[in-house]
Amino acid sequence: MEAFLDGFAVVTEPNNLLYCLVGVLIGMLIGVLPGLGPSATMAILLPLVINVDPVAAIIMLAGIYYGAQYGGTITSVLLRIPGEASSVVTVFDGFAMAKQGKAGTALGIAAIGSFVGATVSIVALSLSAPLVAGWALDFGPPEYAALALLGVLLVATIGSGHPVKALVAASIGLLLATVGSDSFTNAERFTFDSMQLGDGLDFVVVAMGLFGVGEILYNLEERYGKPHVPAVVSNIWPSRKDLKQSSGAIGRGSAIGFVLGVLPGGGAVMSSLAAYATEKRISKTPERFGRGAVEGVAAPETANNAAATSSFIPLLTLGIPANASMAMLFAALLVLGVRPGPQLLEERPDLFWGVVNSMYIGNLLLLILSIPLVGVFVRILRVRPAIMAPITALITVLGAYSLNNSTFDVFVMIVFGVIGYLMKKTGFEPGPMVLAFVLGAILEDSVRRSLLIFDGDPTGFATRPISGTILALFLLVAVLPIVGALRRRLRTADTTPDSEQNREDSLR
Amino acid sequence: MSERDERPTRTGGTDILAELEAEVAHELEDHRPPAGGPAYQVAGALVTLAVGVTGAVLAYGYGLGTLRRPGAGLWPFVISTLIVALSLVLLVIGRKLEDSERFTRTSLLILVGGASLVAFATLLPTIGFEIPALVLCALWLKVLGGESWRSTVLVSVGTVAAFYLLFLYGLRIPLPHLL
Repeated sequence: MEAFLDGFAVVTEPNNLLYCLVGVLIGMLIGVLPGLGPSATMAILLPLVINVDPVAAIIMLAGIYYGAQYGGTITSVLLRIPGEASSVVTVFDGFAMAKQGKAGTALGIAAIGSFVGATVSIVALSLSAPLVAGWALDFGPPEYAALALLGVLLVATIGSGHPVKALVAASIGLLLATVGSDSFTNAERFTFDSMQLGDGLDFVVVAMGLFGVGEILYNLEERYGKPHVPAVVSNIWPSRKDLKQSSGAIGRGSAIGFVLGVLPGGGAVMSSLAAYATEKRISKTPERFGRGAVEGVAAPETANNAAATSSFIPLLTLGIPANASMAMLFAALLVLGVRPGPQLLEERPDLFWGVVNSMYIGNLLLLILSIPLVGVFVRILRVRPAIMAPITALITVLGAYSLNNSTFDVFVMIVFGVIGYLMKKTGFEPGPMVLAFVLGAILEDSVRRSLLIFDGDPTGFATRPISGTILALFLLVAVLPIVGALRRRLRTADTTPDSEQNREDSLR
Repeated sequence: MSERDERPTRTGGTDILAELEAEVAHELEDHRPPAGGPAYQVAGALVTLAVGVTGAVLAYGYGLGTLRRPGAGLWPFVISTLIVALSLVLLVIGRKLEDSERFTRTSLLILVGGASLVAFATLLPTIGFEIPALVLCALWLKVLGGESWRSTVLVSVGTVAAFYLLFLYGLRIPLPHLL
């Protein structure tokens, strides 16, 4: 309890408050601008913040992540362009509301829902994180190996994109993590006698390349259609009727977001879809959805913020990032010399509670800012992507160079940028690759330590209760989709003759 | 969208989610080039297959050891084998996927963009960041972005000046610089 209150003392230091404000503003900005997502922005800005105090840096990066969830709403509602993937479903009802002259109401409900969802989620996080961390303190290498393996698999299968492709990308990420000298035998692996590769690939450089440069190059190619005219925003405060109508959606959205956010690979995108689908399913008037139902805005916007918050739980308590943005925070913590994991709460309570409590403040700032600043952000939308491109490209290259004053790092980053671009063109998601790359070292290390503990007997993983349970879950996650696909195939094989039968019947 | 709405809600839980995902994909597609054909899929899978095979061969050379005493190559060998297996699966089932994007004439912009970044990084340590940054900005704005000369000059000069202040004075990051 005392540490919790000390956390507020940490946040209210003027310096940290300022970084929190800067973080949420940048987050909102990139949320509004289509193109760069939160993970790319976090990757690009990482080198710039590592000179700062660790607590302030993490507070700022976290602010970028949840701030982006607020910003993404604005373009979805006003322009029918989702600023972020997690706001895509908001487009359906948000834009319909805007066409009916209720853009202000949609934005107001979204902001209130976001705030409620995030706050519920932070409270739940504050209560549950110490329990999870305490439980995980007994984890040994086998448990970590199983957990990291499950994390990589879940991210690959639940995330967007084809699961096999995501798994290929993740495995390549694991392979990339082995470049450099082996920590057990000191043997050089995949270094091709290069001095610079001896220490392995720097994950900040790789992430900046795959996310940052990859997205910049990908966006270069994009040709926007005719310019969209933003809808007029008036009367932001939702009426009592709107609030009453959406209160159920906000409540359910908070719960769905919190639960799905904790799961690896769940995160904001998945939970906004699930929350929208739930509202539509339980609604007595599902036909209103897609035509300006206020619940259709409230539910996904609440859920994506709740999920953005709860996805901090696995990172801060287990040291396992649940999605690509969390992988960037994980990398940031490592660069700052902080090892995320169950011991974080004991060793760095200032950092843990400082970051968690900064989210209360950050969300409050966002609620206060988002409503009056809508006009400003609408004007920012007029900034053409062509003008943003060289600015982000310069920040990225200068940032990568400043990491170690090394041109080699910049070249590695550009190479990974081109790889990231080609991956996007051929339908491979860079997210699972970065996440697997970040987890790769832990995974290999844990597996090899476990093998030493088990004296070379791999069945040891299955016989320890916790690692065994996690591996059973792993098998479930791996096997279920295959079974599902087979059943679907069988069913379509069944129904084809059936429908022919029906046609014959009707002909008779 | 309206067509789906008018249908009675016999669709069960997961179907709504699947429908939404399809709609979302469609929503995002509007701004992008059309899907590439099977050739794109096969090429992608062949590249990952090659990565896997190369990885496995090299890892084998590093020594596999035993499970009791794993060698440096055991873990990368296992991962590479996994990549090979998954790539083969992809070759079989992935031919008809439509998640790739065709390369168009505008894809050539990427080559120009990438090359300009390489040139920038090469010049940075020798002649400082100001002139290369100015040239890079102008190139991206005028040639890649099709901006007017007026906004090209304004944005380039403004950006370089802002970065000068931000990096050297704001963040105190010692970039190589002329002035």
